[in-house]
Amino acid sequence: MNPKDYLSELKPDWCPGCGDFGILNAITRALATLGIPGDRVAAVSGIGCSAKTIHYLAAYGIHSLHGRPLPLAQGLKVARPELTVLALAGDGDALGIGAGHFVAAGRRNVDLTYLIFNNAVYGMTKGQAAPTLPRGAKTKALARPNPQGALDPLMLAYSAGYPFIARGFAFNLKQLAELIRRGIEHPGLALIEVRQPCPTYNDLFTADYYKKHGYDLEAEGYDPRAASPAAFFERVMEPDRVAFGVFWDRPRPALAPATRERAPLKALIEAHAV
Amino acid sequence: MSRVIRVAGPQGSGVDTLAQLLARALLKAGFEARGRREYHSNIMGRHSYLDVAFGAEPPLAFPGKAHAMLALDAESIARHLGGLYKGALLLYPEGIEEEPLAQLPFLDPRPLDALTEQLGEKARIEDVLSAHEKMGVRPMAYAKKGPGRSQNVAALAALFKALGLPAGALLAAIEERFGDRPAALKANQAAFKAVFPEDVRPAPRRGDRVFLTGAQAAALGKVAGGLEVQSYYPISPATDESTYLEARSEAGVNVVQLEDELAAIHFAIGAALGGRRAATATSGPGFSLMAEALGFAGIAEVPLVVTLYMRGGPSTGLPTRNEQGDLLFSLFAGHGEFPRLVLASGDALEAFEDAAWALELAQAYETPVIHLLDKEIASSFQGLSPEALKAPPPRPKKAAPAPTPYPRFAAPFLPVGTAGTYYWITSDEHDAWGHITEDPVLRRQMMEKRAQKLARAAAEIPPERKFALFGEGKKTLVGFGSVKGAAIQAARQAGWRYLHLRLLWPFPAEVRPLLEGGFAVVEENASGQLARLIRQETGLSPRFSVRKYTGRPVFSEELYQALMAGKDAVLTEGV
Repeated sequence: MNPKDYLSELKPDWCPGCGDFGILNAITRALATLGIPGDRVAAVSGIGCSAKTIHYLAAYGIHSLHGRPLPLAQGLKVARPELTVLALAGDGDALGIGAGHFVAAGRRNVDLTYLIFNNAVYGMTKGQAAPTLPRGAKTKALARPNPQGALDPLMLAYSAGYPFIARGFAFNLKQLAELIRRGIEHPGLALIEVRQPCPTYNDLFTADYYKKHGYDLEAEGYDPRAASPAAFFERVMEPDRVAFGVFWDRPRPALAPATRERAPLKALIEAHAV
Repeated sequence: MSRVIRVAGPQGSGVDTLAQLLARALLKAGFEARGRREYHSNIMGRHSYLDVAFGAEPPLAFPGKAHAMLALDAESIARHLGGLYKGALLLYPEGIEEEPLAQLPFLDPRPLDALTEQLGEKARIEDVLSAHEKMGVRPMAYAKKGPGRSQNVAALAALFKALGLPAGALLAAIEERFGDRPAALKANQAAFKAVFPEDVRPAPRRGDRVFLTGAQAAALGKVAGGLEVQSYYPISPATDESTYLEARSEAGVNVVQLEDELAAIHFAIGAALGGRRAATATSGPGFSLMAEALGFAGIAEVPLVVTLYMRGGPSTGLPTRNEQGDLLFSLFAGHGEFPRLVLASGDALEAFEDAAWALELAQAYETPVIHLLDKEIASSFQGLSPEALKAPPPRPKKAAPAPTPYPRFAAPFLPVGTAGTYYWITSDEHDAWGHITEDPVLRRQMMEKRAQKLARAAAEIPPERKFALFGEGKKTLVGFGSVKGAAIQAARQAGWRYLHLRLLWPFPAEVRPLLEGGFAVVEENASGQLARLIRQETGLSPRFSVRKYTGRPVFSEELYQALMAGKDAVLTEGV
């Protein structure tokens, strides 16, 4: 399969230089590598620029409500366990309006691949601070430095029990495609935080910023299947560098999509006989 | 004519078990029976009571007062002063006569003040018993003997003895209830034997009745309608339905508890899009949270069922009490305009039928269906003929060759994951393939495409499913939901007929001719939501309105009196 086979006929309407292009390409590359046809894939998104991704994929796509891709994707996966289900969330979807679902999904562990598009701003509504923008940061779109602190999705994912936790960069296509492939192959909920620039509203966390500060975690010998929690925390919270790779990979049983035999209705009713 | 026995006591003391034993025993004895429950939002200690009505014919309604009462504690004696008919037996535990009213831990100030005003500041239970006697009630003490909860069964046996009810039926109910717990069985058999020392044989299994709560009937109706996935977040009084399905894994429903109602409805939407028959069950506060997603299911044409168990609102309101306060909300919840169907059931049998029907309608019209139930239906129980509980005939499946991509929004629903094609779904306005559009021509087409579903439903659904007419009277009483029993009973007594609405939206235009000669409305809310809906849809206003918003259901006797008075009334019966 060719990655291009996974693109629909619709042309993206993202701004030039948007990180979403990189993520879209990485998804198509990962699917092509795995050879999963588009009719076996369902991508579920929330609201915002990231949510439009599903329309550009030649696969089942559900563009749901702000914050809600996770619960919808879980219901779909339980209904259709044979599908590869991708949940695509913006940083606001995942960590603002939908943060409760983020936490509960870790506890539940349904077999999904969950990408968070993290550009630290609300692009579609013109650049307000997202829950991942650090306290004191002042992007060009903000009237004053951000008075609220940032939430780290990887730390939160660890607390919530996510069995697979990774971080990628939108413009490192090769690595990001590989992270998504590994996430799809992981037999449970796989979280991949994708750092991406918003060239229009975020002039702090740019493509150049990540190129300068980013590095390949696993190239430094970090093993996500063996790393201690302390090593995990240290790599997630590094002040001067941004690690990209798989931080945590500890499979545990996923919520079984119970397909049950149904007793005849008559027997169910007769059980109440007096 | 049916009789009512009341069982009252502190929550968590076994009062619910006793009332169910009573109802089951009465059914086993060959009577028809139904019961209802009043309880506080509390785990243990606060007052609750259950009324069991029984007779040769299926009891339709509860008159409000009881013909006999088994009180398990002193507070029950105080709470129900004035709630028993003349001649009623009041069975109470011996040794509580000296208890001062003011020291009852859970008798709250309003009823306490009312009692002390009548009986004096220092009134004791014996004074309340005297007051009962002055009203023609016959108090009788029972001996508290035996270990733990078996005392309750001894009390129930004493009630059977005093009323001359068949002991063998009670023994059979006891053996059935405790059959899987040998120690409890032995203790309760001993408690029974202490009251009935003679040789009593347990009544044989009757077999032609099943004993169901409304929530169980609704759950079984969903199974009959092919439900495969049910999502929920715990909330009174809706939870019983989901936990029943959870406990009965042989029902074959995948029940998933989510983190909140936002997740619950989206989970059900996801499962429905995957081609499973899916539903979520909730109550007012949870339904408020679901409003946004309801609109999503509308624009995305999702075959989704939301079962809404109404309770007293607004906000947390009265979590365990009854109200029909969400009628207009269920009709209008969500921003923007989209089609939804709203059904309401009047009792357990209708709950069964409508739960199955709701799933059918969701498939037929590819849009959300809201099934209105309420606390009164959920926690009431009754004996039903299993013959009446039938699954609807299976829908023929249409399999058409699907082009790729599939023009979903110009073609019938196709489950996400159908092999050989794919399509898109969006909460934005969209084109035939489910891609976002802001084009004015497509927008108009899609709005009209969705809106016509209601016109189609109105034309296709037969009138006998939309409403029912009970009685022959010239004057017409109109209602919906759980007022049904009381309304039929009161209308019959007053020589009226009762028009019972089951499809609330689209509103059945066929009822207009039935209303043109004048009508009255009965409903359990303060603002007259059903009367407003009827006025909106027919231009007709009721001659008078009967409303109740105390959190207690409409009882047949107070409704009869209101019909005879023939003017606007606010009903207040019940504690």
